[in-house]
Amino acid sequence: MVRFENVGMRYGTGPEVLRDLSLYLPPGSFHFLTGASGAGKSTLLRLIYLAERPTRGLISLFDKDMSRLKRRALAPIRRQIGVVFQDFRLLDHLSAFDNVALPLRVAGAPETRIRDNVTELLQWVGLADKLAARPPTLSGGQQQRIAIARAVIARPQLLLADEPTGNVDDAMALRLLRLFEEMNRLGTTVVLATHNEGLAAALGHPRLHLENGELKHP
Amino acid sequence: MIRRRTDDIPLRRDGTARFLPWLIAPTVYLATIALAFMLALSGVLQEWDRGLVGTMTVELPPAAASDATAGAVVSALRATPGIASATALDRVAEGKLLAPYIGTAVAPEELDLPRLIDVRVAVGAALDLTALKKKLAAVAPGIVLDDHQQWLDRLYALALSIEAVGLAIVAMVSAAAVLTVIFTTRAGLAVHRDVIELLHMMGARDGYIARQFEREALRLGFAGGAGGLVLAAVTIWGLGHAAAAVSIFGEEAALLPDLQLVAWQWGALALLPLAAGLAAMVTARLTVLRTLARLP
Repeated sequence: MVRFENVGMRYGTGPEVLRDLSLYLPPGSFHFLTGASGAGKSTLLRLIYLAERPTRGLISLFDKDMSRLKRRALAPIRRQIGVVFQDFRLLDHLSAFDNVALPLRVAGAPETRIRDNVTELLQWVGLADKLAARPPTLSGGQQQRIAIARAVIARPQLLLADEPTGNVDDAMALRLLRLFEEMNRLGTTVVLATHNEGLAAALGHPRLHLENGELKHP
Repeated sequence: MIRRRTDDIPLRRDGTARFLPWLIAPTVYLATIALAFMLALSGVLQEWDRGLVGTMTVELPPAAASDATAGAVVSALRATPGIASATALDRVAEGKLLAPYIGTAVAPEELDLPRLIDVRVAVGAALDLTALKKKLAAVAPGIVLDDHQQWLDRLYALALSIEAVGLAIVAMVSAAAVLTVIFTTRAGLAVHRDVIELLHMMGARDGYIARQFEREALRLGFAGGAGGLVLAAVTIWGLGHAAAAVSIFGEEAALLPDLQLVAWQWGALALLPLAAGLAAMVTARLTVLRTLARLP
């Protein structure tokens, strides 16, 4: 599913923020990505969801070498990846419905399918009465659920979440983690970045631990 | 109830493109004025051309302006193959020609005027003007044969110069408009960078993102173009009427040519806002695609 071989990453002429990363995430796996703030978790996720290209090394996704693919061929691969951003990155001018519908619209899905799927998913995350609400009028927890719904609406094969429990209380955090586990049980590969190592340890999934841009065995 | 969604990229909510119609409008205004003037000029030239092609004027010097000499020249002309008709203008006709310039107080007979002969050339006839001049000079020395070619040549040269200037104006204002759209689109891309990056990461193709900029550029370009066209139409209409009103000796002797446009010419000018909108759309698309190509 995801393979890194000696991947290094630096921004501009700055120091390497990731060094010699080699890892393999098999299909259907669930991994926590842990490490202190600034350890490189977000950069690693950005490399996986193809927001950045590595400075060196090879990245393979879905058994395809990303360095060999033409830029145009990356769009269909990105559609198989769902991302929950730490800051949600919801579009404030769009309703909750339209925010969740974005990945389907980008993929050119018919409006009838979009209407049915989005409505059903927002019901499932408990926001059936907030379809027309815009993100600024919603609470942090509600926004987070919209962000998660958007990440999973297109049924991605790979789900990445960057500190998805960072802004909610423990009860909500646990509930969201159960949602990710449910997705994983349905076959989605999940990578969940968190600095809360206690939470990661409690669920027992394997961990990828980053320290100063290098993978360490926890 | 789910309301129809708005564009993913909130281009209408930022101020980057708000001024675009105000820049497109003067562009279309200037382009319309320039094109209208070129179209009107072309019409005037065709009018003059139609009036002068196939005609010649033979001018007898005052010393040889007698009726007998004029009659001999007319006979020589009529005997020349390719000449359809030759008519000597009498003094009354010459008086009418001169009336706008010298008035009617002085009789043409009192002036030492050359005698004019109006010559019509048969359609398709290839006249040897040099031979004809020699032939007529033998009848009346000092005779002048004017086939209006020199006048027409100068007229065409003038028209070409004016058209070139008009096209240069259109090209310059169009280039300015294109640059404006490029800068506006780039500003929009910068302002909405986060949204664009989000769509990109979701797997949006460049065309999906570009279409949103295209639609907005088309809307704003058309709106600005329509405004510019309305202002230009008012200006052209006003100038046309003002030109028609400027005359020396009444309506029959207007000083300026008729600059009014006909229906199809107005129709062509009415397409300019659409052209402006389409140009803005294409420019925006190319600008967005070029910028997005730098994303991973």
